[in-house]
Amino acid sequence: MPTFNLKINNKKHTVEVDADTPLLWVLRDQIDLVGTKYGCGIGQCGACTVHVDGQAVRSCLLPVSQAESMDITTIEGLSKDGNHPVQQAWKAIDVPQCGYCQSGQIMTASAFLNQNSNPSNSEIRDAMHGNICRCASYNSIEKAVKVAAEKIS
Amino acid sequence: MNLSKQQTFSRRSFLKTSALASGGMLISFNLFTACKSDVRPPIDISQLNFNDFNAFIKISDEGKVTIFSPNPEIGQGVKTAMPMLIAEELDVLWEDVYVQQGNLDTENYARQVAGGSQSIRSSWEPLRQTGATAKQMLVNAAAAKWGVSASECKASQGVITNAKGEKLGYGDVVKEAALLEVPEDVKLKDPKDFTIIGKDIGNVDLDKIVTGKPLFGLDYKEEGMVYASVLRPPAFGQVLESFDDTDARHVNGVVDVIKFGDKIAVLATSTWAAMKGKKVLKAEWKQDSEAESTAFHNEELLKILNGNKFDTRRKDGHVKKAFAEADKVLERIYESPFLPHNCMEPMNFFAHVTKEKINLVGPIQTPKWTADRVAELLDRDVSEVSLKMTRMGGGFGRRLYGDFALEAAEVSNSAKKPVKVVFSREDDMCAGTYRPATKYKIAASIKDGKLTGYHLKEAAINGNMYGLIPNFFPAAALDNYQVDTANYKSNITTGAWRAPYTNFLASAEQCFFDELAEVMEVDRIQLHLDLLENVKSNPEPNIEYSPERLQGVIKMVVDKSNWGKTEAGVYQGFSVYYCHNTHVAEVADIVMENGNPIVKKVTCAVDCGIVVNPLGAINQIKGGIIDGIGHALYGELVFKDGVPQSNNFNSYQLIRMGQTPQIDVHFVKSDVAPTGLGEPTLPPAGAAVANAIYKATGKRLTKQPYIDNMDLEKVVG
Repeated sequence: MPTFNLKINNKKHTVEVDADTPLLWVLRDQIDLVGTKYGCGIGQCGACTVHVDGQAVRSCLLPVSQAESMDITTIEGLSKDGNHPVQQAWKAIDVPQCGYCQSGQIMTASAFLNQNSNPSNSEIRDAMHGNICRCASYNSIEKAVKVAAEKIS
Repeated sequence: MNLSKQQTFSRRSFLKTSALASGGMLISFNLFTACKSDVRPPIDISQLNFNDFNAFIKISDEGKVTIFSPNPEIGQGVKTAMPMLIAEELDVLWEDVYVQQGNLDTENYARQVAGGSQSIRSSWEPLRQTGATAKQMLVNAAAAKWGVSASECKASQGVITNAKGEKLGYGDVVKEAALLEVPEDVKLKDPKDFTIIGKDIGNVDLDKIVTGKPLFGLDYKEEGMVYASVLRPPAFGQVLESFDDTDARHVNGVVDVIKFGDKIAVLATSTWAAMKGKKVLKAEWKQDSEAESTAFHNEELLKILNGNKFDTRRKDGHVKKAFAEADKVLERIYESPFLPHNCMEPMNFFAHVTKEKINLVGPIQTPKWTADRVAELLDRDVSEVSLKMTRMGGGFGRRLYGDFALEAAEVSNSAKKPVKVVFSREDDMCAGTYRPATKYKIAASIKDGKLTGYHLKEAAINGNMYGLIPNFFPAAALDNYQVDTANYKSNITTGAWRAPYTNFLASAEQCFFDELAEVMEVDRIQLHLDLLENVKSNPEPNIEYSPERLQGVIKMVVDKSNWGKTEAGVYQGFSVYYCHNTHVAEVADIVMENGNPIVKKVTCAVDCGIVVNPLGAINQIKGGIIDGIGHALYGELVFKDGVPQSNNFNSYQLIRMGQTPQIDVHFVKSDVAPTGLGEPTLPPAGAAVANAIYKATGKRLTKQPYIDNMDLEKVVG
């Protein structure tokens, strides 16, 4: 099996996997970063969202062979102590119900606010539309993104 | 009303205390049954045994409190709310409480289950008594130390004070308290003195969730564990005839291929390799029983509804006579499809079967039943089975059925390895225990402008409405009332889905009442209030719902939603329902944009008794309503020749943020015992939206998913 050099959360990792292995499974099974979740495997639910060079990317669709030399951030590396403004807002609003989709929601929201720190309601709704929450905590997610935006801007 | 049906406990028999070797005091109790009197709690905390006790409170020498929460957490918030009940009566600061999920080894006990919205309702008294008993023992220990009477001492926020103003922390007296006799007849707090119950308390796993810590079944790993991807029959009714695993065994990382029953498991060192291996398995299948399609189900269910073979579940008066004498009769058929649960965390389970024992770990709503069935399957004694529960990425009923745990156990038993069975999303949607397709025929008779008869017939796949549902409203509200049920037995697996049966029954009945009021030319709200007046004047012991509390939520939602007084262009729909011991009324506001109805807001009034944790309660209420709207509008699993026609989120629509209304929640102020919230707000949501859409478009919606019933490209969002 080929080897790949990855930079994840500012740390270098070398993994030996098939070239077509999605980054998601490399993170979860090889590197033990299980905060990135599997939901659908086809880029429809957003549970596996990570940052690649600052952009929100579905890690279930990114083969490890294309992830080399990129700057990858997972939920575990979003902040040092869970104190990113988005994480703080998620805690302040008490967003999670089952909690499974929330790392993906947080990664989508943080990448979005990085590009637009003063979003309108409809921009927030559009930005978060690709992330499914089966518990339907959508009202709280929306509110938490607004709270985080106020902190960031 | 059944508000006071809690069991009473003898504290001496259900609660044990001991001093811990490591310091501090351990209070052990069984939440659901009295402990055997010969069982003693351990003095070494690592020896905690859930066979004997299923819940624990540990108070350390520093006065910190650890509560081991017994019930499965699926996102409904019991891991937070149940410990709140203990902490309230123990009288400690919530900041000093640490909550840990109990590792269950579920040999002897019932009701360690997440389902039916019953966790809080059934634990309300025993958990508070436990906390109050522990507090009394700490007070007694402090009183003995001071040489004063316990009645002169008070305890609050972890500190005991005597009449002279001297103080001792709980931690200062735990060693002595642990040795004292367990007192009987402790006094519970007056609800007005609550300091934790009724306060907004955040989810206890919040920090771990937002930082991506391993919490869920899918995150669980053990040394030497292999991942298993299972190929199951592609159509219901099929069995395995033959298979060729040559290609699968050539996939990098695949370590074994194991046939069990009509399934084949591909075992590999990574999830991806196991999934890849499964994709290249070649299998031949044989149709062994009926290959059923949705069109066939529709025909069968309509045939049942139009026939005369029913079980009568409740019969008051003579509906036939009422219909024969009526001036007007309204009769409608309401239809709903199969629904998959689609938990965000696909089904998965870990099993390690050895000669000595069976270790199971994973997300499960029914730990005891699952352990029993694994023991039976592998012909082992249940005492050899241990089961550890993880947090669950949703349940909605799917995780009541431990089929995935049985698969893991069977594969591990054959492979002689620790195995984690992981469903792909496609596996999860196609190997479900679905909400069964159900149809209702509802008829009402009107004579001299009055409702004189109500006849509801249910035709469902595999089963019918359970228990007391035939006694729900409008039972007891009119003299002539009948509920009949019948079902068609299918080979498609079906089961409980958030608010079983009522999740669609409420839509059917509340849409029917909307039309009925129109036909009767009476006010929609007044019709309900009047019918509930009838129930009040004819009290009946079999009626579980409270007419007063239903009237209460109706009046509150009318007031809070600005019912009938909204600005032009806003259309409102009303719905009210009782289920799972909680009373709920909802009003949906929609607007029309480019000819499409858009759900803007839902106002909700809830009577669930005392609200234990408003923050968690509001989350459940909002989630239930949005879930109800999403599935009523979009949810549908179609079958063709036994094969589900959707298998992932590109072919199955779940509601998303852009389609979500704002939910405005109001609680009826109450000081009666709390009831659950995991389910009750979902059932009325569909009808509130359908009734609003009728006001906007003039079209009565009778068939879910409503989006297919509206000749519209797009409904919301």
